[in-house]
Amino acid sequence: MKKLFYEFLKGIIKENPTFVLVLGLCPTLAVSISLINGIGMGIAATFVLLGSNIIISLIRNIVPERIRIPCFIVIIATFVTITEMAMKAYSPALNRALGIYVPLIVVNCIVLGRAEAYAQKHSVLNSLFDGLGMGVGFTLALLLISGIREILGAGKILGFSIIKGFEPVFVLGMPSGALLVIGLLLGFFNVLKNRKI
Amino acid sequence: MSNRLIVSVFPHLHKDESVSKVMWTVIISLIPAGLAAIFIFGTSALWVIILGVVSALTTEGVLQVLTKRKVTILDGSAIITGILLAYNLPPKVPFWIPIIGAFFSIAIGKQVFGGLGQNIFNPALVGRVFLMASWPKYMTTFTKPASFDAVTSATPLALIKEGSVLENISYLDLFLGKRAGCIGEVCILALLLGALFLLLRGYISWHIPMTYIFTVAAFTYIFGPKGLFSGDWLFHILSGGLILGAFFMATDYVTSPLTYKGQVIFGIGCGIVTAIIRLWGGYPEGVSYAILMMNAATPIIDRYTKPRVYGRE
Repeated sequence: MKKLFYEFLKGIIKENPTFVLVLGLCPTLAVSISLINGIGMGIAATFVLLGSNIIISLIRNIVPERIRIPCFIVIIATFVTITEMAMKAYSPALNRALGIYVPLIVVNCIVLGRAEAYAQKHSVLNSLFDGLGMGVGFTLALLLISGIREILGAGKILGFSIIKGFEPVFVLGMPSGALLVIGLLLGFFNVLKNRKI
Repeated sequence: MSNRLIVSVFPHLHKDESVSKVMWTVIISLIPAGLAAIFIFGTSALWVIILGVVSALTTEGVLQVLTKRKVTILDGSAIITGILLAYNLPPKVPFWIPIIGAFFSIAIGKQVFGGLGQNIFNPALVGRVFLMASWPKYMTTFTKPASFDAVTSATPLALIKEGSVLENISYLDLFLGKRAGCIGEVCILALLLGALFLLLRGYISWHIPMTYIFTVAAFTYIFGPKGLFSGDWLFHILSGGLILGAFFMATDYVTSPLTYKGQVIFGIGCGIVTAIIRLWGGYPEGVSYAILMMNAATPIIDRYTKPRVYGRE
């Protein structure tokens, strides 16, 4: 049980996909403009990670080594299609906001990275917790980045204005602002990491 | 011990130069333009400069204490950044604009890279471009000179960009600074005085400023509004931040090439980018973007203009 809990926890801090593994930056940069987008993207990616990790771990002994990547992609794409259809049905506004980045989860390097580096070598239960941990870690990172960008860049939280008379930092709402915030947070987490040792 | 060995043949000449001496000299050379701005725009310009300098010094000191580095706020480099940032702001900006700008200049433009000598981009311009991208409303609201009731007015370059005809602005007005614009860029006469002082002291060489200005002049003359070779090149030299940028910001030691050959390439590159932005770009003025872009190219310019080691191929 302790081992499983570790598998879950490592995705959040020690091997955080965004800040430590530096994977999946493309959707991070693109959708982190507002908190609601970050939450939506995080949940979608977590669901895909969870599903693909379980299935890939289940079939890890019957997939030939040479064609494993196409197999993984087919499995991941299946879950992404499910996510996209569910999102279109239940939250069309969010789907419009995330746009092309929902189908692009197929090529998200976190999902394929975990399939390749973890799920194809470990048992189903371990893979499940790994996928869940990575998904939560990605979601938290997205929440942090999109929170900073929405509060400072638009002066709002979840679409509600917070401070009267606040002049939003317009640049943080633009793609360059995303790069700036991610770079600073990466540096900040590296400083924290180096200090502990 | 090894770093005390001097690996060259005698005689050696010891020169009484240091980073802080160079920096303080540059500060002195910037004073005439500041005085001219206060004369032209009134005391609000002085407040912007003071806020910029104080905030730059505070940021530098606090960050150096926090990161446990040597506190070097008196070497003058942070003061220069503060002054140059303030010189790049309109005279009647809200008080928090220079504070945030100077903080961003020092924190992101300089200390994040490791302090003086490590930064890739000119810190003051990093701050200005950040402000420009974040609060364009305040950064492009200029006031008419010598009007204490804050009459807003566009800069000559912005008027040209909109396609309107300039009225009663002579070259002499532009030269003396009787126009709307940023604090430090308007009075060309004062800027040239400071630049001359630096050139005579040998702290900057003519290579970057002259090639920069000449390229802008040539470009704007060739691609004029009424067909080839009809441009008003003198107007383009005297308006905007070209003189300030060419003499005081493009020549920053840290972010410009080391060799004369590299500096010529750097100046021409700055000139081409500035002229392109002014003539066909979205902004009326392109000096800050041009210098930042060439700052990014400086390492590669340095690599290809490395002097040949004597006796080798």
